[in-house]
Amino acid sequence: MKQTRCYKVCRLLFAAGLLAITLCGCTGDKLGNGQGTSVSVDDSTTQAEPKKGGSVVVGIQQDLDSLDPHMADAAGTSEVLFNIFEGLVKPDKDGNLIPAVASKYEISEDGMTYTFTLRDGITFHSGEPVTIDDVIYSVNRCAGKLEGQEAPLVSAYSVISQVNRLDDHTVELVLENGDTELIGYLTAAIIPKDYEKQKEAPVGTGPFRFVSYSPQHSFVMEAYDGYWQKGLPYLDKVEFRIVANTDSAMLELKGGSIDLYPYLTSDQARELSGQMEVLVGTSNLVQALFLNNAEKPFDDVRVRQALACLVNPQEIMDMVADGYGTEIGSNMFPAFGLYYLESTKDLYEPDVDRAKALLLEAGYPDGFDMTITVPSNYQFHVDTAQVIVEELKQANIRAKINLVEWGTWLSDVYRGKQYQSTVVGLDSDLAPKDLLDRYHSTARNNFVSFSDEEYDRVLEEAMASIDGAEKVEKYQRLQQILAENAASVYIQDPAKLVAIKKDLSGYEFYPVYVLDMAMIYYK
Amino acid sequence: MRYFGKKNTALTAGILISAVLFAVMLIGVFYTPYESSKMNGAEKFMAPCARHLMGTDNFGRDIFSRVLEGLGTTFFVAVSVTLFGSLFGVLLGAITGYFGGILDEILMRMNDALVAFPSILLALVFISILGNKVYQIILALGIIFIPSFARIVRGEFIRQKELDYVKSARLMGAGHFRIMFFHILPNTLPALLSAITVGFNNAVLAEAGMSYLGIGVQPPDASLGRMLAEAQGYLFSAPWYALYPGVVIILLILGFSLINEGLGA
Repeated sequence: MKQTRCYKVCRLLFAAGLLAITLCGCTGDKLGNGQGTSVSVDDSTTQAEPKKGGSVVVGIQQDLDSLDPHMADAAGTSEVLFNIFEGLVKPDKDGNLIPAVASKYEISEDGMTYTFTLRDGITFHSGEPVTIDDVIYSVNRCAGKLEGQEAPLVSAYSVISQVNRLDDHTVELVLENGDTELIGYLTAAIIPKDYEKQKEAPVGTGPFRFVSYSPQHSFVMEAYDGYWQKGLPYLDKVEFRIVANTDSAMLELKGGSIDLYPYLTSDQARELSGQMEVLVGTSNLVQALFLNNAEKPFDDVRVRQALACLVNPQEIMDMVADGYGTEIGSNMFPAFGLYYLESTKDLYEPDVDRAKALLLEAGYPDGFDMTITVPSNYQFHVDTAQVIVEELKQANIRAKINLVEWGTWLSDVYRGKQYQSTVVGLDSDLAPKDLLDRYHSTARNNFVSFSDEEYDRVLEEAMASIDGAEKVEKYQRLQQILAENAASVYIQDPAKLVAIKKDLSGYEFYPVYVLDMAMIYYK
Repeated sequence: MRYFGKKNTALTAGILISAVLFAVMLIGVFYTPYESSKMNGAEKFMAPCARHLMGTDNFGRDIFSRVLEGLGTTFFVAVSVTLFGSLFGVLLGAITGYFGGILDEILMRMNDALVAFPSILLALVFISILGNKVYQIILALGIIFIPSFARIVRGEFIRQKELDYVKSARLMGAGHFRIMFFHILPNTLPALLSAITVGFNNAVLAEAGMSYLGIGVQPPDASLGRMLAEAQGYLFSAPWYALYPGVVIILLILGFSLINEGLGA
């Protein structure tokens, strides 16, 4: 008996030892590749002749919230559906709007009427030609003008007062007041009239057609051979696979079951750089610690400002992304060029004493407890939140992190506004208004419940204005108001690190949050 | 005292390992070389060295300090869960085993129902109802651990209640309560102790597993399972990050498994 027992003990110890040795052994030879290799910068694309055919698996971070393009709220959904649907116009990689379903458009000088000419020979994935009625139906649906609709599905469309059919190829949108920015929203999908099954089997005019969707698992699409841009897309088939988190994506990348993954962390980029091509661009997101302005203690502007003095974007970028990323100070990122007000980022320099003074003034000399709700599938935001928790400790603010599922985050935080603070990234359409109109006190998507009279007024003026210079000035003023009131604690436009298999090429960074698969090809 | 006879190697080794870990854990409660959540951007991914015995993680946090804190968390959760589970398990098992009858039937069928669900799934359900905090996790796991204790104690009670010493106690006029908890319970100790060591191990693994899945302890707090989950992405670039929490879990389990082995001898 004694012998068996001894044997068992030895066996257990041996097993434990073996595990340790195996783990060490694994690292010995891999460590060399991972370190010291620099990350290659983009531009290395487009030398080889594009080849047709092939299939690609793309890892995405979240499930899709709706297959109906007008119903989807999440940036991660529009990113995928960009390949299936097109609007009257669509964004290109330089941030221009190019005609898509419309072959050309005209905007009247006062910004009151938009005239679109339907592209000849364009067809839906069903093979049916796109008619002017489909266009009118789609615009009306977005604007909430169909029977039984209560509110516009795309809030920017509420300025459209009439949709007039001029002839079989031309449609005219008449606005309630002049708005030159509406064009940036007319990227909303054109869908077949009265097609009821958009939610199960979406049909659009994009380069790819829908094949199948399994919730929580994958979204598959194949090349549409009737696409109006001849020669595109290059790939035959694309599968978007939903990965549980960045870590499992990493394992799948290493195992070769994912060919393209656009959300690497800097550590992963370093680790993968030998094995895959790593491209660096910007995400075009506003990453911030969003504060619920309706909840105590963030209903007090001094508390919000104190937080802005404590959170140090540079430290976050160094800690979470090896210094990649662009610091921002308001709800806009540099891709908006002229409209972007860079000086807001210097409004709150890291200053613990100032933060403490502000907290004292607000009646929190001993700090307070707070909760940061973070979607658990975004490791980047989770890591950011961890750094923030540390930074807030300097003024004795005791922050706890509460990880939630993405679906829960959408319903409780974004739509339900049941939260105290959260770390997340906001994307945007190609219109500066898209990032700023959510702070209007009555906006449906004002999930931080920001409310400021001057802001509402300037926003309305900015939207009504059709003079370019005046628009720029007003939008910059809006950013200034957001920053001064510390509507939230704005951190950065995160860098986008894309892992792509070495024999693939054609990945393009867009100024909007999309993943254009049509240009990708095998070398 | 009969457990501590001559040369019970397994028991000695088990107690030794567990005692050392317990001591380390106690030290960790009062002293860690660094504050466990203190970040240091200049010292990210340092390999084990004199300054950082177990290296640092992706935030430059000292892994040794975090392992100490994580060990504390894991110990606390596992001990509480085992206590909770065994307390209610013993009560249920004693009552059902001693009295039998319709109450026994009802409680044991409920027991079976609880066992029929995979424990992780059940824990998930409890967590989503109760919330995602340490005490809720203890409660959730505690409830899940009741049946295993209840069954063992019930079996022992059924066996023991027919023995002579119980009958004579009854003849001498001892009440049910006294017979159950002063006469029978001490005699179930060998079986119960072994159930407790196994239960403790299961609780350690359950906590680690849940934290690994992201539903246990929330960041930036440390727990061994949570650390393993966070280390997963750096398995090749910073192997020490996963290695040390993993080894500590193995040792914790090993210690109690050996004690269990030794007790069984």
